[in-house]
This record gives sequence, structure tokens and C-alpha cells, in this order.
Amino acid sequence: MTSTFDFTLVNWSRGLFALTAMYHWLFVPLTLGLAFIQAIMETIYVKTGDPHWKKTTKFWMTLFGINFAIGVATGIILEFEFGTNWSNYSWFVGDIFGAPLAIEGIFAFFLESTFIAVMFFGWNKLSKKFHLLSTWLVAFGASLSALWILVANAWMQYPVGMVFNPETARNEMSNFWDILFSPMAVNKFLHTISSSYLLGSIFVIGVSSWYLLKKREILLAKRSILVAAVFGLITAFYTILTGDGSAKVIAEKQPMKFAAFEGLQHGHEGVGLIAIGMMATTPDDPEYENIKDFHFKIEIPNFLSYMAFGDFKAYVPGVRDLLDGNEKYGIMGAKEKIEKGKIAINALAEFKQAKNDNDHEKAELAKAVLDENWEYFGYGYIDDPNLLVPSIPITFYSFHLMVALGFFFFLLMVIFLFLLYKDRIEKSKFWLRLAIASIPLAYIASQSGWVTAEMGRQPWVIQDIMPTMVAVSHVNDTTVKITFWLFALLFTLLFIAEIKIMSRQIKIGPKDGGQ
Amino acid sequence: MKNSILSKVFYFYYDGFKSMTIGKTLWMIIIIKLFIMFFIFRLFLFPNYLKSKFNNDQERSNHVLEQLINTQ
Repeated sequence: MTSTFDFTLVNWSRGLFALTAMYHWLFVPLTLGLAFIQAIMETIYVKTGDPHWKKTTKFWMTLFGINFAIGVATGIILEFEFGTNWSNYSWFVGDIFGAPLAIEGIFAFFLESTFIAVMFFGWNKLSKKFHLLSTWLVAFGASLSALWILVANAWMQYPVGMVFNPETARNEMSNFWDILFSPMAVNKFLHTISSSYLLGSIFVIGVSSWYLLKKREILLAKRSILVAAVFGLITAFYTILTGDGSAKVIAEKQPMKFAAFEGLQHGHEGVGLIAIGMMATTPDDPEYENIKDFHFKIEIPNFLSYMAFGDFKAYVPGVRDLLDGNEKYGIMGAKEKIEKGKIAINALAEFKQAKNDNDHEKAELAKAVLDENWEYFGYGYIDDPNLLVPSIPITFYSFHLMVALGFFFFLLMVIFLFLLYKDRIEKSKFWLRLAIASIPLAYIASQSGWVTAEMGRQPWVIQDIMPTMVAVSHVNDTTVKITFWLFALLFTLLFIAEIKIMSRQIKIGPKDGGQ
Repeated sequence: MKNSILSKVFYFYYDGFKSMTIGKTLWMIIIIKLFIMFFIFRLFLFPNYLKSKFNNDQERSNHVLEQLINTQ
């Protein structure tokens, strides 16, 4: 069955979406992080009345403005792509995806747009407290906008709160709160925004470190590092905490993705977490072409079991268990799931035929069979169980890179606070240089998080219900390729503009740091 | 009274935009970007597949159902 799909089209459509999403995500986390940091700085200004805090706030606000302006609306392209390249998916998800996106659009437009203007233009025209309120509303508004799109994404990873209507081929929302408060959505939102706040902190510390190395804007740099390092330490800790929460949800709801995180072939009790490892390029067993062993690995004993289920002795299934099944631990194998998926798809066909024939009794029977096998619906499109395994090397390396950098950033925050406390920060050139180098590392960590989440859930666009290849529209693949390269050009130009304008403004410094 | 509030809002934005320094460059980028996105990409590269091929929701439903069933 999978041979009937045009994988050139599927892969280019995926590439286009990934390119757009990754470029969009270059701008979003800095907006989320800087919004809170500038709000904290302005609060200190309002509390102390010290005009230097106003100057500091306005400087970071200018950089926030540059990032916001260049990044604004880059996410709209993703919505265009849903309608053009992912029409089966867009129809199938119906109002579940539409409602959060609509709320996000309204929130973003009214809250952010209104109060961003007040924040930039209102410095000498509004009372200090009203201006401060608008700055905080921008910060909360930006994070609330992110909430809705992350809820929609979490639903794709763990579809809840909906009922499939076989007459319209659409999923209909049955419980909005189940979707909003699903453990996947809560953890995804908290982990994503806290890691974005951390990225904002690293950006502020990196830029401030550059000033200290240049022996410029010493007071602004030190004060900025203090605010960013405290905020960064709290958010780094929270990122680790919510990352752990996400891992537990993924271990339960997306066990294949979890096994891919660690390249775990065979499950057992008390599984170790790989601290460092290098994967082989060829499979051990030709029957399982997507499963590769390690050249070498260093493990922390029993830690993966704890990370997954909060128990050092817990059983964690491996990729082979999930494909072959494991009776002892009640794991259904891929072949049985595929059978059930095919039954569900056949039942959908019978339901449609019965409806056309006006045979209500037969339609009811078909619907009952469909409902019974619905949770395996997507498996019916899979012929080769190997397709159920995501790219393990990409998932493994991106996951480990993200985790390693997350812990490094936590350490960096501790070190910067210590250097400030000891008043040795200006002389610590190594750490100042490392902080500058950490800016791109923060972006790499943030992007790696998304690569882990999205590559690790393949082949699903909606977990267990719709494989990516079924979601795609049958458009001309040449158009998709042309669009891909045009986007690559446009977004690269925007990214270069961002770096150039931002660098120029940092070199100018806070003296001209107006709007 | 109403006019006074409206004129205050108007001059709030007018003065704000007028006093911009780097903001003018950013607004140029925003306008050019939105033009490319909405008037070039949206019109020529991103037609809504189901809306452009089918006249009503019934036809769209049938098409997606066919897609879901016929890959079987």
C-alpha cells in the first residue's frame, strides 16, 4: 500500500514545512524570552526610579523590536501550507486544529499588536505604571499566542478530546478542556516557553559579555547579566524539570519515539541512559533496516527507566519490542496493529457504501467496527513495519544535543552569577567569550528540541491515526520544489537582515537605543 | 469628547511613527515581506487545494474519504 504514495512529493512537502517552521522558530524564542527580561528590567526602573534602568530597558526593547519586526508573520506561511500541501490533513483535523489557531490569531493581533505599539510609543506619554503594564501584557500575550499553536501540535502527538465523523471525514471536538489540558499539551507548552526564556537570557548575557570584552557600557552589561542570569537560572531549572515531565508523557504515549531517543533496540527492566554514544551506520539485522546498534556508548545505569516512569527498575520497551510485540509486558506488535488498521479502513469504506445505498443497519455495523479499531486506523496504511521506526540517528543525536546543551546552560547561569557575586566578571575573558559562543548554541538547542519532537514521531502526522504520507495533497511536486527554494531564499535574506540590523544596533549601543 | 479621544489616539501613533529611527527600516522590511507573502506566495504558490478543486463541503468530504479509503 505504501508503494502507492509519491514519496518525492511527500518528502519535498515535509522539507518545505520543516524549512518554514525552523526559520520561523529562529525568531519566536527570542521574542518570548526578551519580552519577559525587558519587563523585569522596566519593573526595576519603576520601583527604583533609576534612569539607567530605563536606558537599559529601552536598549533591549530595541533589539526585541528588531527581532519581532523581522519575524512577524513568518508563521502565517505554515497556515498557507496546511491548505495547499496538507489538504487531507487539514480537512481531517477539522476544527480541532482550526480553533486553537483562530484563538492564537485573535490573541496575537489584539493583545500583542496593541500593546507593542503602546510599549514602543508610550514612553513619555503614558504614566510609568501604565507603560509597565503594557510591557508585561506584551510578554504574557506573546507566550499565550504560543500556547495555542503548541496545544495544536501536542494534539497531533497525542490526539484526545475528539470524535471522528465518518460521514464528513473530519474529527470533531468533543472536549476542548481535554485538548487544552492534555499532559502532552501542558508539558510541551511549559517546556517550550521555559526553554525560550532561557534562550532570551543567553542572548542578553552573550551581548552583555561582548560589551564587557570591549570595555563598553559596563554598568548596563553587568545589570543585564544579573537580571538575565537570575531569570536564566530559574528558567533553565524549569526547562530541565518540564523536559523530564515531557519525557515521562512521551514514554507513555509515544513509546517508539522514546525508544528512538536512546536508540534502544531491546527493552528490559532498569535501562541505562546513554550519556555519550556513537551509532553504527549499517543495521545489524537486515530485516530491521532502520535499527542500528552503537559503535560505543557510555551509560548512566538505570536512569532511563527512572526518566520514563519514575522507577529505577521499570521496564522500558525497545524498538524491537514495539515492532514484534512483547506478551509479557502486554505490548501489541506492529503486524496486529496493521491488521486492525486495515479493518478500520475497510469499515470506513463499508460505511460510505452503506450510506450511499441508504442501508442504515449496515452503516451502523460498519461504524461500530470502525470505532472499535479507530485507535489503530493509521496503521492500515503501513505495509512494511520498518516504516513505523523514525530515523533513530537523527532523533538520538538531536535529543542528546538538546539535553547536553540544556545542562550546560544551567551551569553557565550558575557560573555567571558566581562571577558577578565575586565581582570578577570583567576579568573572566574565557567565560565572556564562551557566553558569546553560547548564543548560537542556544538556537541549536532550541531547534534540536523541535527536530527531536517532529522527527521522532514519524511516520505519524497524527499519532497512530494518520501517517504523514496520507496527509499530503496531490499537487505537482515541481511547484513544491520551486516554493522550497524561493522560501529558502526569502528566509535566508530575512535572517541575514536580522543579524545585520541587530549587530549594527548592538555596536551603536544604548545611546541611540530608541525605537 | 469622542473626537478628542480619537485625535489623541491618532497623534499617539502618528508621533510614534514619526519619531522612529531604526523602526523605519523595520517597517520597510515588514511591508516588503508581507507583500511577497500575501500577494506573490499566497496568490501564485498557495491556492487552497480543496477550495480550488471542489465547490462545496460535501464534495470536499467525499474527496478526502476517497483518499482515506482508496489508498487501501
